[in-house]
Amino acid sequence: MSGAALRRNGLGVLGLTLAALAVLAALAAPVLAPHDPVKGDFSQGLKPPGTPWHPLGTDQLGRDTLSRVLYGARVALFIGLCTVLLTAIVGGILGLLAGFFGGWPGQALMRLCDVQLSFPFILLALTINAIVGLGLRNIIISLAAAGWVVYARVVRGEVLSVKQRDYVQAAAALGTGRARILFRHILPNVAPSIIIVASLQFSQFIVAEAAISFLGFGVQPPTPAWGSMLSESRDFLYIAWWLAAFPGAALALTALGVNLVGDWLRDILDPKLRV
Amino acid sequence: MSSCECRAAPSGTSGTLVGMRAYLLSRLAQTALVVFLSLTAVFFLVRLSGDPVLLFLPMDIQAKDVNEFRERLGFNDPLPVQYARFVSGAVRGDFGESLRYRRDALRLVLERLPATIKLGVTALLLTFCLAIPIGILCATKRGSLVDYLGMGAAVLGQAIPGFWLGLMLIYVFSVRLGWLPTGGMGGPAHFVMPCVVLASFYAARIARLTRSSVLDTLNEEYVLTARAKGLAEWIVIGKHTLKNSAIPIVTLAGLETGQLLGGAVITETIFAWPGLGRLTVQALQNRDFPVVLAAVFVISVTYTLINLAVDLLYGWLDPRTRREVAL
Repeated sequence: MSGAALRRNGLGVLGLTLAALAVLAALAAPVLAPHDPVKGDFSQGLKPPGTPWHPLGTDQLGRDTLSRVLYGARVALFIGLCTVLLTAIVGGILGLLAGFFGGWPGQALMRLCDVQLSFPFILLALTINAIVGLGLRNIIISLAAAGWVVYARVVRGEVLSVKQRDYVQAAAALGTGRARILFRHILPNVAPSIIIVASLQFSQFIVAEAAISFLGFGVQPPTPAWGSMLSESRDFLYIAWWLAAFPGAALALTALGVNLVGDWLRDILDPKLRV
Repeated sequence: MSSCECRAAPSGTSGTLVGMRAYLLSRLAQTALVVFLSLTAVFFLVRLSGDPVLLFLPMDIQAKDVNEFRERLGFNDPLPVQYARFVSGAVRGDFGESLRYRRDALRLVLERLPATIKLGVTALLLTFCLAIPIGILCATKRGSLVDYLGMGAAVLGQAIPGFWLGLMLIYVFSVRLGWLPTGGMGGPAHFVMPCVVLASFYAARIARLTRSSVLDTLNEEYVLTARAKGLAEWIVIGKHTLKNSAIPIVTLAGLETGQLLGGAVITETIFAWPGLGRLTVQALQNRDFPVVLAAVFVISVTYTLINLAVDLLYGWLDPRTRREVAL
């Protein structure tokens, strides 16, 4: 194995490990967490890390930081997963149809993408979230509404190029039905790029959700989301650094893990795709 | 590949200029359409999301006053009438009065724009000064310790969320060491942390792209030719490689410049920077929709104009795309 391949796989393994840890934290939070993430004990407020029974300290309400960070993985991964699935399905189908059938509906869809892309992603998601309202469900809707265009664009572009390939032309010449060409010949060849976009978007969605919750929209306290924990921590930065340090570190490590997995998948599946 | 070649386009100088003007006009028309459509979308989303008046007014207000307020702002009219009024106002740059500041919404937004531009330009300069040399260095010293460290830092920089980095910087440099102010706009010291936060993510992406783009170009035949001619390494890199590596870098840099506007929203909020991003967040929090619409207008105009500028730069760097455009 060459040095570059070794490094690539090494980073891939690191990414998988970090991502697996985040998934483990999310799934096993009730088992791993030493305390209730929402219920506090006022007599135990603002204890620093290393306090017995509170390895990462407690917040102003005496809630255990470790438990909240573990449960935060649940919120983050749940939102990330739902958003990625929603955007992949909606954006993927629209891109597939726009690329395959073309015509004015395809053009209209691409103009709609232009409109959406004329606005920074985070600001678009934030604006939509401020309008549709707060909470877990609405943040998923907002992120998906802002994020689907990437799939639509990439998938449409891929379909347009796959459509020209010989095996598709041959299938069409043999009189294969349109639906069969679309699902048997085109979709499997477009699928890798959908997977790559999904893996690269996943961390963007998690970080965007945290940013929006940090700004006071999105997921609301007392739900233990990393973004809203960071938002609350701002008032205590002078006396309790751990309230800001740990949720943010969990977010950064999760994003790092998912990014590395995404890069690795792209190297394996399609090194030329630039998203 | 030299710049003289692209000036002598086959259609002649005047033909290119005419083509260029037509291209610019069509792009500006597209920009206007895109801005108009995004304003329309926000307008209807706002109106469909519920009665805006109840969101503007305090909870304990009398029903009579609510109705009066509604009548005064024209919310009792049918939706198409409201939309027509909105459009005719927006065309003249009139988005109404801010419900909070009782001042012209667009003027309020434009007043905040310079602070955001100052922050954005400084962060952009920092990004380029940092990212492009690192990317080139990593590419030319591929596989070395420098490469590993540089790319490791880039991967980390991409994963660390700006708002967390901002909080940690405030903790270290303001709370602990007391070296830098926690926020606000003022002397050079006020620029340090917001710029570092804003630049970190973009610098990471641009460094990675510069590295891969330079590596791609180093494999091209004209670089081999240049080397075979016995040219000095700095000429091979500086003259033959960099200009040709620049195209993807400029494209991404352009896209990222627009995204800086998004990053500014968060950075400005953390560091209490009196810019457009912070104003937009506050307007969204207060449901001050005239300001939201004016901000959407200014942001999408700025964003699409940046993209247009990037496309023009792209044509200058790569004459091949320019000829297609001129036709």
